[in-house]
Amino acid sequence: MDEIIRIDHIKREFHVGDEVVKALRGVSFSIGQGEFVTIMGTSGSGKSTLLNILGCLDVPTSGEYYLDGISVREMSKNERATLRNRKIGFIFQNYNLLPKTTSIENVELPLMYNRDVSHAERRERAISALQEVGLGDRLTHKSNQLSGGQMQRVAIARALVNNPVIILADEATGNLDSRTSYEVLALFQRLHRDGRTIIFVTHNPELAAFSSRTITLRDGRIISDVRNEHLESAEKVLAAMPKEED
Amino acid sequence: MDITNLFKICIKALLNNKMRCFLTMLGIIIGVASVIAMLAIGNGSKQSIRSEIGQMGSNMIMVSPGNGRFGGVRQSGSSMQTLKLEDYDAIVRQSSYVDKITPTVQASGQAIKGSNNTPTTIYGVNEQYLDIRGYEIASGSCFTESDILHAAKVCVVGQTVVDELFPDGTDPLGQTIRFNQIPMKIIGVLEPKGYNSMGMDQDDLLIAPYTTVQKRILAINYIQGITCSALSEEYSDQAIDEITKILQTNHNIRIGQENDFNVRSQQEMMETLSSVMDMLTMLLAAVAGISLIVGGIGIMNIMYVSVTERTREIGLRMSIGAKGRQIMLQFLIESIIISVAGGVIGVLLGILASKVIALFGTNTAVSTFSIVLSFLVCVFTGVFFGWYPARKASNLNPIDALRYE
Repeated sequence: MDEIIRIDHIKREFHVGDEVVKALRGVSFSIGQGEFVTIMGTSGSGKSTLLNILGCLDVPTSGEYYLDGISVREMSKNERATLRNRKIGFIFQNYNLLPKTTSIENVELPLMYNRDVSHAERRERAISALQEVGLGDRLTHKSNQLSGGQMQRVAIARALVNNPVIILADEATGNLDSRTSYEVLALFQRLHRDGRTIIFVTHNPELAAFSSRTITLRDGRIISDVRNEHLESAEKVLAAMPKEED
Repeated sequence: MDITNLFKICIKALLNNKMRCFLTMLGIIIGVASVIAMLAIGNGSKQSIRSEIGQMGSNMIMVSPGNGRFGGVRQSGSSMQTLKLEDYDAIVRQSSYVDKITPTVQASGQAIKGSNNTPTTIYGVNEQYLDIRGYEIASGSCFTESDILHAAKVCVVGQTVVDELFPDGTDPLGQTIRFNQIPMKIIGVLEPKGYNSMGMDQDDLLIAPYTTVQKRILAINYIQGITCSALSEEYSDQAIDEITKILQTNHNIRIGQENDFNVRSQQEMMETLSSVMDMLTMLLAAVAGISLIVGGIGIMNIMYVSVTERTREIGLRMSIGAKGRQIMLQFLIESIIISVAGGVIGVLLGILASKVIALFGTNTAVSTFSIVLSFLVCVFTGVFFGWYPARKASNLNPIDALRYE
């Protein structure tokens, strides 16, 4: 199994006034190709800080981070921006779609910052990403014409469009009702089956059952790192749920 | 990301806020339009002054007596009696750059015909005066050398005088009017010239042989001035030098001594007037320019609001790989698009306004200079006032920006 992410004794300290807040106190793990990892923790456990570092938005105070074999710590801001553009797909709790903008244009956005992708290729890839998340019939709908679940699926398509080595989802089901949450989870599981590597950050312990591995953080340290042998299927949960009245 | 993509993103963002975008532009539009219109009015007035002075005869040179001392009392030039007919003769004989020349004397007084009368000025000149000043005879004819020789009591009248003295429309030709009690026969009527740039009615005059005015009206034997035209405008300066030398010799003025006469050309007057107009134009343009600055501040204000409002968007763009420079360029291009589009509309509106103002009788002339200037100012405004908000956007921390509520 190829190693996609390896972090070694990552520490991250923030200076708030005179105090030093230690958000991460030495975290190490590695994530291989095709894993679906849930990072769990209550608020203040350091999971957001870890996610920012994994997403190359932030750099650790000390420790090493290798993304796809490349050391991130010494990179400049611009190099990290390019790295995010090529290797990472972000999914946020509040979708962060551009307002009054069509699904296609939202999904095209990461490719707009990639000089190597032509206009035609950009459009083609955006459409196929949207089809992959089941929104082939919502290509020209604007973001305010979509439901929450559809918006999140547009956001997932946007995270897929640059063929990232890793997909980082931050509370991706946090704003959705339970039925839609399971739909989105089912989509994540399908992407996982297709071989994508996914890191799913959440504070909700119920969601851990749907991923292949769960890392739990508390006070900036890993307190457990377990593989899930009995993967639950979100689709089965969905099927078991009572049908909604239309 | 290449620049076309950036432009697409910017135009899209602006179109998402059409009303706000338009209102921001309005500041620039009004600023630019007023700069263009003000400069057009200024230029127009300058042009009309130039053309009026040109009609008067742009190569006209006037010799007048200078300030002098008369019995120990310094006198104003007009009361001096230092210019004589000999001076006129000398210039006629010796000069090579002077084309037409006439001695001038003038008197103010009342012109009377029957029960009608009007105050006017009588100019005593020779027949070349009409050519120098650009007057045309509408009917009748001008006086002749023989009239000058005999100090004949004949005159050519301007249209204003005709209107005042013959309100019933009688043909003035051949009629006798009185000027300061002296009866004079009208032998010609001038083509109307209208008002000049200083608001003087150029048709409110009588023209008579200078000998008539000298002897019969003023009872003097000196002349009050000499008016002549240079061979052409380019020779103006040479003609002035030449006349000055001739008069200095004639008046026995030694080097270093003050001349007792002045030689001035229309050219100089034109330059003086132009410079006054230039100043006025600059003043108007400066006032208009202030509104352009206010418009620029409007852009800055809106760009600031826009950066704050779109903080999450900026965070998102950064998280999916936009570099700080690209974010900065995006906002900079947005503000430049606003200001340049506003500038283009403003230029068009300014030209339109100038045309409308011209319909109301004020002469306007839109200069390429003012268009280029306002356009450049617009681009500069966009860059200058957009730069700070754009930099603010590019310096945002993506983590904070993403969590911004």
